Amino acid sequence: MNDKEILLRSIQEVEFALLELNLYLDTHRYDRLALMEYNYYAQNLMMLKYNFDMKYGPLMNFGFSPSVDGWRWIEGPWPWE
Amino acid sequence: MWVYEKKLQYPVKVGKCDMRMAKYLYTQYGGPDGELGAAIRYLNQRYTMPTNEAKGLLTDIGTEELAHVEMICTMIYQLTKDATPQQMEEAGLGTNYAIRANALFPADPNGVPWTASYIQAHSDPVTDLTENMAAEQKARAAYENLISMTDDHGMRDALKFLREREVVHFQRFGEALRIVQEYQAAKKIF
Ligand SMILES: [Fe+2]
Repeated sequence: MNDKEILLRSIQEVEFALLELNLYLDTHRYDRLALMEYNYYAQNLMMLKYNFDMKYGPLMNFGFSPSVDGWRWIEGPWPWE
Repeated sequence: MWVYEKKLQYPVKVGKCDMRMAKYLYTQYGGPDGELGAAIRYLNQRYTMPTNEAKGLLTDIGTEELAHVEMICTMIYQLTKDATPQQMEEAGLGTNYAIRANALFPADPNGVPWTASYIQAHSDPVTDLTENMAAEQKARAAYENLISMTDDHGMRDALKFLREREVVHFQRFGEALRIVQEYQAAKKIF
Protein backbone atom coordinates (compact mmCIF):
# COMPACT_ATOMS: atom_id res chain seq x y z
CA MET A 1 0.00 0.00 0.00
CA ASN A 2 1.25 3.48 -0.82
CA ASP A 3 0.90 6.48 1.52
CA LYS A 4 -2.44 7.49 0.02
CA GLU A 5 -3.90 4.01 0.41
CA ILE A 6 -2.67 3.79 4.02
CA LEU A 7 -4.31 7.13 4.91
CA LEU A 8 -7.52 6.16 3.11
CA ARG A 9 -7.54 2.84 4.95
CA SER A 10 -7.36 4.56 8.35
CA ILE A 11 -10.19 6.90 7.28
CA GLN A 12 -12.28 3.88 6.31
CA GLU A 13 -11.57 2.24 9.68
CA VAL A 14 -12.38 5.33 11.73
CA GLU A 15 -15.50 6.07 9.66
CA PHE A 16 -16.70 2.51 10.11
CA ALA A 17 -16.20 2.71 13.87
CA LEU A 18 -18.19 5.97 13.85
CA LEU A 19 -20.96 4.50 11.73
CA GLU A 20 -21.30 1.55 14.10
CA LEU A 21 -21.30 3.82 17.16
CA ASN A 22 -23.86 6.07 15.44
CA LEU A 23 -26.27 3.18 14.85
CA TYR A 24 -25.75 1.96 18.41
CA LEU A 25 -26.32 5.43 19.85
CA ASP A 26 -29.50 5.84 17.78
CA THR A 27 -31.07 3.21 20.03
CA HIS A 28 -28.95 3.84 23.18
CA ARG A 29 -28.78 7.61 23.35
CA TYR A 30 -27.84 7.79 27.07
CA ASP A 31 -24.82 5.44 26.88
CA ARG A 32 -22.05 7.80 28.07
CA LEU A 33 -19.20 5.45 27.20
CA ALA A 34 -20.35 5.01 23.61
CA LEU A 35 -20.82 8.77 23.34
CA MET A 36 -17.27 9.38 24.55
CA GLU A 37 -15.92 6.95 22.01
CA TYR A 38 -18.02 8.58 19.29
CA ASN A 39 -16.61 12.02 20.05
CA TYR A 40 -13.08 10.64 20.30
CA TYR A 41 -13.28 9.08 16.82
CA ALA A 42 -15.09 12.11 15.39
CA GLN A 43 -12.13 14.29 16.41
CA ASN A 44 -9.79 11.70 14.94
CA LEU A 45 -11.71 11.60 11.67
CA MET A 46 -11.60 15.37 11.29
CA MET A 47 -7.80 15.36 11.44
CA LEU A 48 -7.42 12.39 9.10
CA LYS A 49 -9.75 13.95 6.53
CA TYR A 50 -8.08 17.33 6.73
CA ASN A 51 -4.77 15.57 6.10
CA PHE A 52 -6.21 13.70 3.12
CA ASP A 53 -7.87 16.78 1.59
CA MET A 54 -4.61 18.74 1.73
CA LYS A 55 -2.44 15.98 0.25
CA TYR A 56 -4.66 14.26 -2.29
CA GLY A 57 -7.51 16.65 -3.08
CA PRO A 58 -11.06 16.85 -1.76
CA LEU A 59 -12.63 13.71 -0.33
CA MET A 60 -16.07 15.35 -0.27
CA ASN A 61 -18.02 17.61 -2.63
CA PHE A 62 -20.13 20.73 -2.05
CA GLY A 63 -17.55 22.56 0.07
CA PHE A 64 -17.17 19.94 2.78
CA SER A 65 -13.53 19.62 1.68
CA PRO A 66 -11.41 22.54 0.47
CA SER A 67 -9.72 22.24 -2.94
CA VAL A 68 -6.50 24.14 -2.38
CA ASP A 69 -4.43 23.70 -5.53
CA GLY A 70 -6.86 23.83 -8.44
CA TRP A 71 -10.16 21.98 -8.88
CA ARG A 72 -8.96 18.51 -7.89
CA TRP A 73 -12.45 17.13 -7.15
CA ILE A 74 -12.83 15.54 -10.58
CA GLU A 75 -9.37 13.90 -10.62
CA GLY A 76 -9.39 10.13 -11.09
CA PRO A 77 -9.20 7.41 -10.15
CA TRP A 78 -12.79 7.29 -8.90
CA PRO A 79 -13.73 4.82 -6.16
CA TRP A 80 -15.09 2.32 -8.71
CA GLU A 81 -11.99 2.42 -10.94
CA MET B 1 -19.83 6.50 0.02
CA TRP B 2 -22.57 8.89 1.03
CA VAL B 3 -23.26 11.02 4.07
CA TYR B 4 -26.46 12.80 5.02
CA GLU B 5 -26.82 16.41 6.03
CA LYS B 6 -29.75 17.03 8.35
CA LYS B 7 -31.28 20.03 6.58
CA LEU B 8 -33.16 20.80 3.39
CA GLN B 9 -31.26 22.20 0.42
CA TYR B 10 -33.74 25.11 0.28
CA PRO B 11 -36.39 26.03 2.86
CA VAL B 12 -39.87 24.62 2.25
CA LYS B 13 -42.79 26.57 3.70
CA VAL B 14 -46.09 25.01 2.72
CA GLY B 15 -49.52 26.41 3.64
CA LYS B 16 -52.19 23.97 4.77
CA CYS B 17 -54.95 25.08 2.43
CA ASP B 18 -53.93 23.54 -0.91
CA MET B 19 -54.02 19.84 -0.12
CA ARG B 20 -54.88 18.70 -3.62
CA MET B 21 -51.33 19.71 -4.59
CA ALA B 22 -50.04 16.76 -2.54
CA LYS B 23 -51.32 14.41 -5.19
CA TYR B 24 -49.86 16.41 -8.07
CA LEU B 25 -46.48 16.78 -6.35
CA TYR B 26 -46.15 13.00 -6.54
CA THR B 27 -45.16 13.42 -10.19
CA GLN B 28 -41.84 14.86 -8.99
CA TYR B 29 -41.37 12.12 -6.38
CA GLY B 30 -42.02 8.87 -8.23
CA GLY B 31 -43.22 10.04 -11.64
CA PRO B 32 -41.48 9.46 -15.00
CA ASP B 33 -39.59 12.78 -14.88
CA GLY B 34 -39.34 12.97 -11.10
CA GLU B 35 -36.40 13.55 -8.82
CA LEU B 36 -35.98 9.93 -7.75
CA GLY B 37 -35.61 8.83 -11.37
CA ALA B 38 -33.15 11.64 -12.00
CA ALA B 39 -30.96 10.64 -9.05
CA ILE B 40 -30.89 6.96 -10.01
CA ARG B 41 -30.33 7.76 -13.70
CA TYR B 42 -27.25 9.92 -13.05
CA LEU B 43 -25.73 7.88 -10.25
CA ASN B 44 -26.04 4.77 -12.43
CA GLN B 45 -24.66 6.33 -15.62
CA ARG B 46 -21.52 7.76 -14.05
CA TYR B 47 -19.67 4.42 -13.98
CA THR B 48 -19.19 4.25 -17.74
CA MET B 49 -18.48 7.93 -18.45
CA PRO B 50 -15.16 8.45 -20.28
CA THR B 51 -14.15 11.85 -18.84
CA ASN B 52 -13.56 12.95 -15.25
CA GLU B 53 -15.73 16.01 -15.87
CA ALA B 54 -18.72 13.79 -16.67
CA LYS B 55 -18.01 11.36 -13.79
CA GLY B 56 -17.79 14.27 -11.36
CA LEU B 57 -20.84 16.08 -12.72
CA LEU B 58 -23.06 12.98 -12.66
CA THR B 59 -21.95 12.22 -9.08
CA ASP B 60 -22.68 15.79 -7.99
CA ILE B 61 -26.00 16.28 -9.80
CA GLY B 62 -27.15 12.76 -8.84
CA THR B 63 -26.47 13.69 -5.22
CA GLU B 64 -28.28 17.02 -5.55
CA GLU B 65 -31.32 15.22 -7.00
CA LEU B 66 -31.53 13.19 -3.77
CA ALA B 67 -31.81 16.49 -1.91
CA HIS B 68 -34.67 17.40 -4.26
CA VAL B 69 -36.44 14.13 -3.47
CA GLU B 70 -36.30 15.21 0.17
CA MET B 71 -37.78 18.65 -0.62
CA ILE B 72 -40.68 17.13 -2.60
CA CYS B 73 -41.35 14.57 0.15
CA THR B 74 -41.29 17.36 2.73
CA MET B 75 -43.96 19.23 0.78
CA ILE B 76 -46.16 16.12 0.43
CA TYR B 77 -45.67 15.27 4.10
CA GLN B 78 -46.45 18.80 5.29
CA LEU B 79 -49.65 18.81 3.24
CA THR B 80 -50.92 15.39 4.31
CA LYS B 81 -49.54 14.69 7.81
CA ASP B 82 -52.71 15.69 9.68
CA ALA B 83 -55.22 14.88 6.94
CA THR B 84 -58.25 12.80 7.88
CA PRO B 85 -59.38 9.94 5.59
CA GLN B 86 -62.09 12.30 4.27
CA GLN B 87 -59.59 15.04 3.49
CA MET B 88 -57.32 12.52 1.77
CA GLU B 89 -60.24 11.41 -0.32
CA GLU B 90 -61.19 14.98 -1.25
CA ALA B 91 -57.59 15.57 -2.30
CA GLY B 92 -57.75 12.57 -4.63
CA LEU B 93 -55.61 10.47 -2.29
CA GLY B 94 -58.34 8.07 -1.19
CA THR B 95 -56.61 5.12 -2.81
CA ASN B 96 -53.34 6.10 -1.14
CA TYR B 97 -55.17 6.16 2.21
CA ALA B 98 -56.73 2.74 1.59
CA ILE B 99 -53.35 1.18 0.87
CA ARG B 100 -51.05 2.96 3.33
CA ALA B 101 -52.97 5.69 5.20
CA ASN B 102 -50.86 8.86 5.32
CA ALA B 103 -47.55 7.21 4.46
CA LEU B 104 -45.54 8.47 1.48
CA PHE B 105 -44.63 6.18 -1.39
CA PRO B 106 -42.39 6.55 -4.48
CA ALA B 107 -45.19 6.59 -7.02
CA ASP B 108 -46.72 8.99 -9.55
CA PRO B 109 -49.94 10.97 -8.87
CA ASN B 110 -52.03 8.00 -10.01
CA GLY B 111 -50.31 5.72 -7.53
CA VAL B 112 -48.28 3.90 -10.18
CA PRO B 113 -45.07 2.85 -8.40
CA TRP B 114 -41.75 4.29 -9.53
CA THR B 115 -40.02 1.98 -11.98
CA ALA B 116 -36.51 1.77 -13.40
CA SER B 117 -38.04 1.70 -16.86
CA TYR B 118 -38.32 5.52 -16.54
CA ILE B 119 -34.55 5.65 -17.00
CA GLN B 120 -32.02 4.32 -19.46
CA ALA B 121 -28.26 3.82 -19.75
CA HIS B 122 -26.26 3.16 -22.92
CA SER B 123 -22.55 3.44 -22.06
CA ASP B 124 -22.40 5.63 -25.18
CA PRO B 125 -21.75 8.90 -23.29
CA VAL B 126 -23.27 11.11 -26.00
CA THR B 127 -26.50 9.10 -25.78
CA ASP B 128 -26.54 9.19 -21.97
CA LEU B 129 -25.82 12.90 -21.67
CA THR B 130 -28.40 13.73 -24.34
CA GLU B 131 -30.98 11.70 -22.43
CA ASN B 132 -30.10 13.69 -19.32
CA MET B 133 -30.53 17.01 -21.11
CA ALA B 134 -33.99 15.92 -22.26
CA ALA B 135 -34.80 14.68 -18.75
CA GLU B 136 -33.91 18.06 -17.27
CA GLN B 137 -36.20 19.83 -19.75
CA LYS B 138 -39.04 17.43 -18.96
CA ALA B 139 -38.59 18.08 -15.24
CA ARG B 140 -38.52 21.85 -15.88
CA ALA B 141 -41.79 21.60 -17.80
CA ALA B 142 -43.35 19.49 -15.03
CA TYR B 143 -42.37 22.14 -12.46
CA GLU B 144 -43.96 24.82 -14.61
CA ASN B 145 -47.17 22.74 -14.69
CA LEU B 146 -47.10 22.43 -10.90
CA ILE B 147 -46.38 26.15 -10.37
CA SER B 148 -49.37 27.05 -12.55
CA MET B 149 -51.64 24.84 -10.42
CA THR B 150 -51.22 26.55 -7.04
CA ASP B 151 -51.46 30.01 -5.46
CA ASP B 152 -49.68 28.92 -2.28
CA HIS B 153 -46.77 31.32 -1.96
CA GLY B 154 -44.43 28.97 -0.07
CA MET B 155 -45.04 26.08 -2.42
CA ARG B 156 -44.53 28.24 -5.50
CA ASP B 157 -41.27 29.55 -4.04
CA ALA B 158 -39.85 26.05 -3.46
CA LEU B 159 -41.09 24.83 -6.86
CA LYS B 160 -39.50 27.81 -8.59
CA PHE B 161 -36.20 26.99 -6.91
CA LEU B 162 -36.43 23.39 -8.12
CA ARG B 163 -37.37 24.54 -11.63
CA GLU B 164 -34.30 26.77 -11.71
CA ARG B 165 -32.08 23.84 -10.72
CA GLU B 166 -33.28 21.89 -13.78
CA VAL B 167 -32.23 24.80 -15.99
CA VAL B 168 -28.75 24.81 -14.43
CA HIS B 169 -28.42 21.01 -14.72
CA PHE B 170 -29.39 21.19 -18.40
CA GLN B 171 -26.70 23.80 -18.96
CA ARG B 172 -24.00 21.77 -17.17
CA PHE B 173 -24.94 18.54 -18.99
CA GLY B 174 -24.61 20.42 -22.27
CA GLU B 175 -21.10 21.48 -21.29
CA ALA B 176 -20.18 17.95 -20.21
CA LEU B 177 -21.45 16.68 -23.58
CA ARG B 178 -19.23 19.17 -25.42
CA ILE B 179 -16.19 18.03 -23.38
CA VAL B 180 -16.99 14.36 -24.12
CA GLN B 181 -17.29 15.09 -27.84
CA GLU B 182 -13.95 16.94 -27.84
CA TYR B 183 -12.40 13.99 -26.02
CA GLN B 184 -13.79 11.56 -28.58
CA ALA B 185 -12.62 13.69 -31.50
CA ALA B 186 -9.10 13.93 -30.02
CA LYS B 187 -8.98 10.14 -29.56
CA LYS B 188 -9.77 9.63 -33.25
CA ILE B 189 -6.91 11.92 -34.36
CA PHE B 190 -4.12 10.37 -32.27
FE1 LIG C 1 -32.23 18.01 -12.18
